[in-house]
Amino acid sequence: MANENKAQERVLMKGNEVLAEAAMRAGCRFFFGYPITPQTELAAYMAKKLPLIGGTFLQAESEIAAINMVYGAAAAGARVMTSSSSPGVSLKGEGVSYMAGADCPGVIVNVERGGPGLGGIQPSQSDYFQATRALGHGDFYMPVLAPSTVQEMADLIYDAFDLADEYRTPTMILADGMIGQMMEPVLLPPERDPESLPAKPWATSGHGNKREHNVINSLYLSPDKLEETNFERFERYEQIKEKHQRQELMECDDAEIVVVAFGAASRVARTAVREARAQGIKCGLLRPITLWPFPTKAIDQVIEGGATKFLSVELNMGQMVQDVQLAVNGRATVDFFGRTGGVLPTPEEVLEAIKTVAAGEPVQQSAAPGAVGSLLPHPQHRKSSYERGE
Amino acid sequence: MADFNHEMLCVLSGFGGQGLLFAGKIMANCGLIDGRQVSWMPSYGPEMRGGTANCSVSLSDDAIGTPFITKPTALIAMNQPSVEKFAASVQPGGSIVIDTTLAMNGAEGVQLADDVTVAAFKATEIAEAEGLKGLANIICLGKLWSLDNFCEREVVDAAISKCVPPKRQHLLEPNLRAFQLGIDA
Repeated sequence: MANENKAQERVLMKGNEVLAEAAMRAGCRFFFGYPITPQTELAAYMAKKLPLIGGTFLQAESEIAAINMVYGAAAAGARVMTSSSSPGVSLKGEGVSYMAGADCPGVIVNVERGGPGLGGIQPSQSDYFQATRALGHGDFYMPVLAPSTVQEMADLIYDAFDLADEYRTPTMILADGMIGQMMEPVLLPPERDPESLPAKPWATSGHGNKREHNVINSLYLSPDKLEETNFERFERYEQIKEKHQRQELMECDDAEIVVVAFGAASRVARTAVREARAQGIKCGLLRPITLWPFPTKAIDQVIEGGATKFLSVELNMGQMVQDVQLAVNGRATVDFFGRTGGVLPTPEEVLEAIKTVAAGEPVQQSAAPGAVGSLLPHPQHRKSSYERGE
Repeated sequence: MADFNHEMLCVLSGFGGQGLLFAGKIMANCGLIDGRQVSWMPSYGPEMRGGTANCSVSLSDDAIGTPFITKPTALIAMNQPSVEKFAASVQPGGSIVIDTTLAMNGAEGVQLADDVTVAAFKATEIAEAEGLKGLANIICLGKLWSLDNFCEREVVDAAISKCVPPKRQHLLEPNLRAFQLGIDA
């Protein structure tokens, strides 16, 4: 019985439930949502537990209603969140854009499933573009954190609330059905009293005529004024890019090939990279924890360390690979391997892709920006399909 | 093929309602109590509402990569489709427990890897005869434990105690008895 003290503190919980528990511990007292697989355990946990600590759980009539309730609570200075899965997150897009425009902090959780449309309910990462580029209309980004373990579900949602408040921005946890549904041991973060959190002097929280009234608004009819607010917001984005890039590097010190993967795909990649190492391939794993800002400094670091080949492994048809290409900027080759629709690649498939890249075979076909066709998995990678759960 | 061996990679599979996810949870708690790395990954599709249901449980001393197990070291199969789907993927030297009450053909006709131990017996029948209806899952878990000691016995007892909800403490003794029946079967 090794490590007995630590074992005493760990609890075995589902990823979705951990998101809820850790959010409450971070001081979240308002949750508005609508059920959807594979995210529902989060809302169910909140429904049970949030009222017990004086919080408000409300199952809204729709995702659109839920995000607008989040907007309202955020405007009033509350720590607030909503959660959904891919199709439901699309519905929240307008509200998130309004929150960004009005500089309202809040946490949005997406436990991704396959798409487009209603898609399926198995794990997917096909909302990467939506999360990192354009969840709603207008000139904005938001920090996007991608947990790969149940422990990180706790750690990252805790951080997400702080990041949201510090920079007055909606912030997303981009998880997937695998991390949401699985149980792993977790050390839960300490509980925080919402009263102890930094004050929000900008919030519309009532003032009893003791100060000027605050305005929360995203409408600016003067282009100059709107441009000014956008400029100001992008200065904050620059600070986030500078201070908050996060990643995990595994076996990257002497790596010639670097696999880039996040969330569920990084779990499969981890197994494959270990095996590649065991077979003598100088291969490492770069796991982005922040998807926006993308960890460009880490890409620089591994290139300076001698990496000449990158392989982006994703549960989609090739989305993050574009950020890898932008960060690599021609200094190394960039290839892609992915499965889509809720299919998870096996470690064997990823290992095969690593070996192909190691052999330099598909490198001449490596994806150039805009060359969508070249992002398709190489045919030999598509042969062995692992049909999970059937 | 590459070998991605962890110390214990178990697939538990059967019909929804047979309690395989619960049995997997007990196994995962054994790892938790032992201070090991653990993952428990269920099927969460329409299966859990009445079709075939399965879960993957990994117990390891290293950080666990993919929680979906493609090459198990152990398998509990409580219906024939589960045998057909997973038995051939069990690694050499692995263990398979089959409840032949429903999986009547056992591992017949399945190409098994070398040195795989198969324990095929009528767990559901035993459960019903012993007044332990619904606990064939735990009987199978006991049998698997007797083939592949994935933890110490008192750890299993502690894990079972932990998994039986406080409101259903009257089920604790039957669960412990079912586990012992599996070992003896």
